[in-house]
Amino acid sequence: MKLTKHFAYFDEGAKKEIRRATLKAVAIPGYQVPFASREVPIGRGWGTGGLQITLSLIGKKDVLKVIDQGSDESVNAVSIKKLVQSTTGVGCTDQTSAATIIQSRHRIPEVPLTKEQVIVLQVPEPEPLRSIEKSEHKTKTLHAEEDYSGAWLQLFEQIMMFGRTTTNANHPVIVNDRYVMAPSPIPRFDNEKLHQSEALILLGAGREKKIYAVPPYTSVRSLAFDDYAFLVENFKGKTCRLCGAEDVFLDELVNETTKETEYQCNDTSYCLERLNNETTEEVGEYV
Amino acid sequence: MAYVAVKGGTKAIEASLNLLNYERIKAGKIIEVETIMTTMRSLVDQVMSESSLYSPFLAALAIKQAEGSMEEAVFLLRAHRSTMPRLYHSEVIDTKDMFMERRISASFKDIPGGQVLGATTDYKHRLLDFDLVDESFIENEKWLNTFKEALPVIENEKQLIHYPKVVSYLRAEGLFPTYELNNKNPIDITKENIQFPIERSARLQILTRGQTGAVTSLGYASLRGYGAIHPTVGEVRYGKVPIHVHVPTETSTDIEDQYYIGEINLTEVESFVPITAKDKDGVDELQFEIGYGACFGKNETKAIAMSILDQCLEHPEVAFPTHDEEYVLLHIDTVESTGFISHLKLPHYVTFQSKLDAIRNVKKEKASDEAN
Repeated sequence: MKLTKHFAYFDEGAKKEIRRATLKAVAIPGYQVPFASREVPIGRGWGTGGLQITLSLIGKKDVLKVIDQGSDESVNAVSIKKLVQSTTGVGCTDQTSAATIIQSRHRIPEVPLTKEQVIVLQVPEPEPLRSIEKSEHKTKTLHAEEDYSGAWLQLFEQIMMFGRTTTNANHPVIVNDRYVMAPSPIPRFDNEKLHQSEALILLGAGREKKIYAVPPYTSVRSLAFDDYAFLVENFKGKTCRLCGAEDVFLDELVNETTKETEYQCNDTSYCLERLNNETTEEVGEYV
Repeated sequence: MAYVAVKGGTKAIEASLNLLNYERIKAGKIIEVETIMTTMRSLVDQVMSESSLYSPFLAALAIKQAEGSMEEAVFLLRAHRSTMPRLYHSEVIDTKDMFMERRISASFKDIPGGQVLGATTDYKHRLLDFDLVDESFIENEKWLNTFKEALPVIENEKQLIHYPKVVSYLRAEGLFPTYELNNKNPIDITKENIQFPIERSARLQILTRGQTGAVTSLGYASLRGYGAIHPTVGEVRYGKVPIHVHVPTETSTDIEDQYYIGEINLTEVESFVPITAKDKDGVDELQFEIGYGACFGKNETKAIAMSILDQCLEHPEVAFPTHDEEYVLLHIDTVESTGFISHLKLPHYVTFQSKLDAIRNVKKEKASDEAN
């Protein structure tokens, strides 16, 4: 008994429902829209929210890029790509500018995105207030009443205890001057890319059954006080050991021979592109 | 010459999948799906119940593919379920029409129709049976023939009886309040988003597809001390119930126009829970409420635990976590809990780098404070 697969895995009813939730999310920037999250053939907690959005949006002419923590070749990124490709037959790319849909876990690519592109972020915990209030019913009320004192207090407490805010990835943002939103655990370095983004940003949490969005050209501010500014991860004076890039998010590595700390672009396709541009400049186009 | 992307991930996955297949088939044995279906009935039942998909064949196939891993088998069926269009809703099943195979009450010895023990391991001593190591078809056949010969012959269908619900007898005595039927369409948690506080129909659906172990543990915690429910099992019944669907394009609601699409095995539990309520004069009086549990196949422990949790969640005013619907319902789903726990195996390089940065900054700050 062999079964043929349906285009983009889901039945049409499921895709419609996901699209409806996505449209609502776009209409209310930063608001978490609950949806009937379906099971997909990859682990729940392994990017199923993003995958459901991707599957509901993808058409035959789309070109897909999937990255996991900056890497196109990370095993889970490969696994997601394989699933989408085997159920849709669409083309995949590593090159950021060539993709129409980019599904990403915890990074926004270094190459600026355009209005022709959609970036889908995988979200483990969509509720920015969860560490303050465990109940979903109550956090929903807090959002409705725009009561974000807890989120501010949390930052204030960090300053009191450590002399500065100590958030790492997932630093909360305010979208369109209304909703406090978890930007998914992208590093603080990427928070600024959310602001006035040309590309549509969709965020999907499969296990928590929420979809939310930052529409193009929307204001996104990272939560910070006037006298304690929002600070991104500091890579001052550090450059990529391969392509020499500055002002990008770097992975910290230990050189096994010299035992010295070295740095390398976290966005692997960006690094590769730079390296290839360098060689083209040196030796001309390789045919 | 251009640099090319390393294809390490793709190759690693391929190799890993090959190795997985090798591990599954290397011993040179093949188990038939049919064999799993007929000899691992409890496992098949649990997988069907937790995946909310009633298909013994597909459940057995999933068990085979998952090499017996419960979480994997349930996951496979759930994912398969996502690809299926939902064409119909079944009509309401009245379990008093159940074709009973087992039915007991812990509340009353003499229930109308009597206690029917049926097939149960409850009174089987749990001693390893080494005879099963060398089981033979011939011996089994002989045993079966003797067994069948000793069975009483049912001559016509008039000899079959439907067993009334234990609670209906108590209702007639005035010991249980009679409620109006709630004929509101139930929420389908697999098609609609859920928002808290949620309706009982959604709660029951989440409980019945909960992981057997998780539902049992929370039910036990509530019974033992972390809850305020002390039920008596009014009735456990197990048997077959017929499923009918009504074609939405046909206007007739006559039962004769419905289609019979098959039958399912079901365990159903009604627990009786004494509660104090105010009567019409505002005086405290003792009343009974019912905790309800039901699940696909035979899984009495889960159904009883579910009935406890159902009753707990009806009383959110009690300050135990087992009475908190978000605590109970958001953590018992096997695909969700195993998925999120296992996602910790994914690389967290970026988020960890960000964490390192935060900690280093604090240390730097502290060092410069001390220097001043």
